[in-house]
Amino acid sequence: MKDWKYWVAEQRGTLLAFATFVVMFTIYVSNHPAGFTANVVQTAANKGVLLAFVAMAQALVVITAGIDLSVGMIFILTNCLASWIVVGTPLETALGIVGVLLAGLACGAVNGLIVIYGRLQPIVATIATGAIYFGIALLLRPFPGGGVNEDLADFLTGKAWGVVPVSLVVLVVVVLLVWVPFSRSVMGRAAYATGSSEAAAYMSGMPIRRAKFLTYTLAGLLAGIGGLFLTFFTYTGEAALASGNAYTLFSIAAVVLGGISLYGGTGSAIGAVFGALAFRAIGDLLFVFDLDPLWQPLFQGVVLLIAVSLGAFALLRVRNKLDWFT
Amino acid sequence: MSRAVPLFRMEGVSKRYGGVRALDGAELTVDAGQIHGILGENGAGKSTLIKIMSGVVEPDEGRMTLDGKEISFASPAAANDAGIVCVFQELSLIPHLSVADNIVISNPPKRFGMIDRRKQRAMAEEALARAGAADIHPLALVKDLPLSRRQMVEIAKALARKPRILILDEATSALTASDVSKVFAVLKRLREEGLALLYISHRMHEIAELADVCTVFRNGSNVASFATGTKSGNEIVEMMIGRQYTNVFPAKKPPAPSDKPPVVECRHLSWTHQLKDISFSARAGEVVGLGGLGGLDGQGQRELLLALFGVLRGLTGQVLIEGKPVGIGSPRQAKRDEIGMALIPEDRKTEGLLLPMSVRDNLSFAALDRVSRGGVIEGRAEKSRIDEMIRLLAIKTAGTDIPAGALSGGNQQKIVIAKWLMNQPRIILLNDPTRGIDVGTKQEIYQLLRKLADEGAAIVFYSTDYDELIGCCDRVLVMYDGGIHRVLAGEEITEHALIASALNVELASADQARVAGA
Repeated sequence: MKDWKYWVAEQRGTLLAFATFVVMFTIYVSNHPAGFTANVVQTAANKGVLLAFVAMAQALVVITAGIDLSVGMIFILTNCLASWIVVGTPLETALGIVGVLLAGLACGAVNGLIVIYGRLQPIVATIATGAIYFGIALLLRPFPGGGVNEDLADFLTGKAWGVVPVSLVVLVVVVLLVWVPFSRSVMGRAAYATGSSEAAAYMSGMPIRRAKFLTYTLAGLLAGIGGLFLTFFTYTGEAALASGNAYTLFSIAAVVLGGISLYGGTGSAIGAVFGALAFRAIGDLLFVFDLDPLWQPLFQGVVLLIAVSLGAFALLRVRNKLDWFT
Repeated sequence: MSRAVPLFRMEGVSKRYGGVRALDGAELTVDAGQIHGILGENGAGKSTLIKIMSGVVEPDEGRMTLDGKEISFASPAAANDAGIVCVFQELSLIPHLSVADNIVISNPPKRFGMIDRRKQRAMAEEALARAGAADIHPLALVKDLPLSRRQMVEIAKALARKPRILILDEATSALTASDVSKVFAVLKRLREEGLALLYISHRMHEIAELADVCTVFRNGSNVASFATGTKSGNEIVEMMIGRQYTNVFPAKKPPAPSDKPPVVECRHLSWTHQLKDISFSARAGEVVGLGGLGGLDGQGQRELLLALFGVLRGLTGQVLIEGKPVGIGSPRQAKRDEIGMALIPEDRKTEGLLLPMSVRDNLSFAALDRVSRGGVIEGRAEKSRIDEMIRLLAIKTAGTDIPAGALSGGNQQKIVIAKWLMNQPRIILLNDPTRGIDVGTKQEIYQLLRKLADEGAAIVFYSTDYDELIGCCDRVLVMYDGGIHRVLAGEEITEHALIASALNVELASADQARVAGA
């Protein structure tokens, strides 16, 4: 076999996610009354990028066979924090952004410490920390309000050179600065190894704990970047419980659509990004077909179910039925 | 002289797991430029020995020296750094990573803090070539490789760490014949290069071909070391056994010959590469044993039981119940009255019991159809059956409402058996039912099996304990490589015959050779 065939086999999930996105987005754009214009792409990008950041956060943790149910709440908490501190002069704004990112990082680090050193199940630990993060968000913003540096917000949600959505550029830069180095580092490899077979990773002397800790911490950072962008889009901070929960659950859906196994060890955060963009496109399809928005959750659910079922075909090849349960 | 300071030495090393002494004052000396064969039965302490040498577990007592300097390892990584590398029988590869990723996993080449993939690939190609496995593509994912290729990757991974002492634990168990000869050539070359190799294998002919020195382990201690070729296969088997029977067995009562067709018969059963053309039958009142190597080195015994019980898909061949062909597609079909089959599974904690649920629930699970009407469980019928079972098997429990997980291992195993007896099966398959339980309960289980046989059940009994097969079975089918290698009946069932045929050693010829030589 040629080298590229091995590459395709390894990146299968990511490529499928990319294909799903292309198909969904093509259907969306070709039925949009305005067609494939810079404005349509900009709106779609701005909506998609938020979920893409949160999905990347989730992807990192899922690769180690964990799960982070607090990402949506970190997203909300950093939004509320940003609506206080990302204001004023350019210098103040810059310090504010650093503060918001550090807050996201700290939330993720706390998750990591509890899961790894407290030896709690990730699912319970992050439900609990998620509630705490939401509680802090509520204290910061009991009522929707606050503001943000609007010049910066307009720039980051606008178009560069009149064509390319800036939010998309930022997403690419984050992928290049966070995901690519991580995935090629020893820690990244240890994260995959831990998700694939923790016992084998231990026997190979891999830094399992540090790798897991790093994934939870980076997940916090990425969710924080998402929260920052939410503030740029809305100009306000709001401790919205429904929105936090929705982002947590959608991030899991995006990760699965993105070809990442919930059992860990496979996939890439780039797949999760396409999964998130595809998921958003699916959600918006109804609007371009001019159907009643009441149908949206039902329709989105059915399309998601079909997409996820594609991954279940492997079970048909199982010869020992006991393997169904492992 | 080089003998003055051996490369590696362990003295008086002991390790206990709970009350069990896995290793008891073991000694071993390993010299550079030699292949050292390690022999012993299952449970003789070989795996504990390797785990201690490679830093997986720490010994309770004793000392180890490398180049005369005392050493101890806190982790496998520390042992690797000292130059002791183990190729584990339980594969230590990461399934979702590529071959190259796996080979360099403990110390990948780096550039600017990131893994240098080009250099990594070159290192992997070199290691694969050194292991005689240049046909494996370094970018292939490990999970997509067949077992034999994975084992070659495992060897390449060990070599990439530049070991001084290389431990191979059943490293050839999944290899094809052509791979084995390649690996042997590699091992002999490594010996020329001055490595010390520790070779653990159940396959005596491999040890005979490879090893310079052999050490036999029994009950956690080294009982003998000798230069290869100075002892016959027969003598080695005797050294490996060398113990008294410890269990009491009920008198055997082989079924009288009859014209009735056997209760269960299978013809030409095959499944993937793990079952090969298996035909046998079991009559009412007969206890048929399945022998052969067990555990990870299993020869298809577990698969055979699963096949009969309807768990395997894509099975070819025929199963007959009382002479009539039947198709058994699932455990639910297998337990129906027309077939009446029960399987006591190997792992009672996952396949046999629902540990947090009550003793009563566990006992009635397989027989709910019998104690319910119209989908509603009849409490009184259920209780009377359960009480009967608790009496019959003398299950010691503080009541039927306590969780099954609270009972001792022996009583848990009794519940797994009782649960199926509630269904009054006439074909009872048992998968190593006495593993990890106390001697007293074992004896009760032996009595029960014979009683069930006397009452007309056909019993197929897989055990990794040779004493049990000798004491309980009317016939033993010794399996090897997915097929029935030999059938032993009546007086032929001896420990010698069981071990020799499990290891595929021709005992008769070994005896003749010794007589001829004398």
